[in-house]
Amino acid sequence: MTDAAVLPEAPQSNTATAQPEAMAWDNKARRMVTIYLPLACFLLILLFPFYWMTVTAFKPNAELFDYKTYNPFWIGSPTLDHIKHLLFNTAYPHWLVTTMTVAVCATFLSLFASTLAAYAIQRLRFKGSQYVGLAIYLAYLVPPSILFIPLATMVFRLGLFDSPLALILTYPTFLVPFCTWLLIGYFKSIPYELEECALIDGATRLQILRQITLPLAVPGLISAGIFSFTLSWNEFIYALAFIQSSENKTVPVAILTELVSGDVYQWGALMAGSLLGSLPVAIFYSFFVDYYVSSLTGAVKE
Amino acid sequence: MSATTAPAWTKPQQQANWLVRLFDWKPFLAFACLLPAAGLLLVFLTYPLGLGIWLAFTDTTIGRSGYWVGIENFQYLLEDPLWWNAVFYSVFYTGIATIGKFALGLWLALLLNNHLPFKSLLRAIILLPWIVPTVLSAIAFWWIYDPQFSIISFLLVDKLGILDNYIDFLGSAWPARFSLIAANIWRGIPFVAISLLAGLQTISPSLYEAALLDGSTGWQRFRYITFPMLMPILAIVMTFSIIFTFTDFQLVYAITRGGPVNSTHLLATLAFQRGIPGGQLGEGAAIAVSMIPFLVFATLFSYFGLARRKWQQGEGND
Repeated sequence: MTDAAVLPEAPQSNTATAQPEAMAWDNKARRMVTIYLPLACFLLILLFPFYWMTVTAFKPNAELFDYKTYNPFWIGSPTLDHIKHLLFNTAYPHWLVTTMTVAVCATFLSLFASTLAAYAIQRLRFKGSQYVGLAIYLAYLVPPSILFIPLATMVFRLGLFDSPLALILTYPTFLVPFCTWLLIGYFKSIPYELEECALIDGATRLQILRQITLPLAVPGLISAGIFSFTLSWNEFIYALAFIQSSENKTVPVAILTELVSGDVYQWGALMAGSLLGSLPVAIFYSFFVDYYVSSLTGAVKE
Repeated sequence: MSATTAPAWTKPQQQANWLVRLFDWKPFLAFACLLPAAGLLLVFLTYPLGLGIWLAFTDTTIGRSGYWVGIENFQYLLEDPLWWNAVFYSVFYTGIATIGKFALGLWLALLLNNHLPFKSLLRAIILLPWIVPTVLSAIAFWWIYDPQFSIISFLLVDKLGILDNYIDFLGSAWPARFSLIAANIWRGIPFVAISLLAGLQTISPSLYEAALLDGSTGWQRFRYITFPMLMPILAIVMTFSIIFTFTDFQLVYAITRGGPVNSTHLLATLAFQRGIPGGQLGEGAAIAVSMIPFLVFATLFSYFGLARRKWQQGEGND
């Protein structure tokens, strides 16, 4: 209140230059303290674990366990020993390949299923389509922690235990609802008139889907694909429960169960493994970050 | 040219065989399109959900199909201090972590809503903790929480001299509980912040201008414009956050595996421990099923408690 009362008088009473400058400085300092400083703290805390991971992965063991003589925040003499150990003395490359295969297959399977489902719900508009949409949305709210025990017995009875196929088939349970939901939102943004025109021109529904709707929905498909890929790469509980043999494990499970052995943890190798395991997702994500953010915010807004 | 191509263009229409016509028939097409998704979800989601509830009433173990034992599993759980401990910690973990995530996430979203340089780069960086596999960042936290070589202890004790002794983050019950909550908040902030930022950007600036003309303070603008307009999106994000925090498994399993002395077991980790390595599938399923009432309650609470008013969504004004 007082500010507002003083403001209009200020230019009149003072020489015009001094006051705005002081105000500008005050504004700048204020902005510094209220915006940039907290933001810097947030960034520091959010990124520190990754920095620490990277630093640890390249430190020789002598530096790793001696903060007194070496600066813990910097690498004195960088070494690739941990990564070399990981790549040549463990089955790490194999785990990477398994994870990649599972993630890619599960992504394509769920994209296929959810594109068709989203098209049917959003564009064919049959009776009760909104209830099907609601059911799929509810399916997303069922967390894997409730499902893994019965799924484990099912997987066992189907003879899929310890096979990557079990993961490829079960990951769609959380991928399909999410992708369908995202794609319904995307299809909504494509004008329906385009399809009507094609219908008048005598195209069949499948032709419309393949030649008109899908090409227009490519950005939506890409973001659904990225989401599925990262979610399957991150998945842990199913992979932990359904896979037993070392060579079929996915990266997150394998690092935790195969690299952590005995009383002395090999922190260097653990961090190198975590870093390498995070890199594919991070790189993949960095290429498509705009799709990712916009569809994330779009999906929440729906 | 046009005379020759015209018949060729109409031909496939006339010769359309029964298969093409079947796929052009709307009810069949809708059915066929829904089949893959519905099939996958029914077989691998709905059926296991039912099977899990059934298993909770049997004494199934690994390698032996069980018999119906009624509510024996649940009676046993009610007398099991470990289960009560897991219930307590799950509720506590969810409560504190949700408050922390939303307070800090909202703050971060408000900060990001200002005009900043490198806006999109900033957003991309902030989402990183959410993108990276939870287990892998949990391992980094495990190393940060190491009793001997914790960098936090090192900073506090040797550099700043605030504390005398190294903190034993994961060695005893309460520090371990709070360490896990801190890791969970760290992981959850980006998602909350980015979603709420999307909500903030939909609020029309004219509302703020009107409020400024009326002489409102910054707090009043937040309290009477930003907060109510953000409510619908807040409700959705909070529902998701509560569900996935309550059923969290990865962080706890990776950092403490429920220890020390079972003090940090969540219901999910307890169910896993009893069900898969322990082999007691029936009991594990009962623990997993016991999460459902909490989830339903949390969903109803956050959904109906927070997202009821239509005017906030800009439809009608009742």
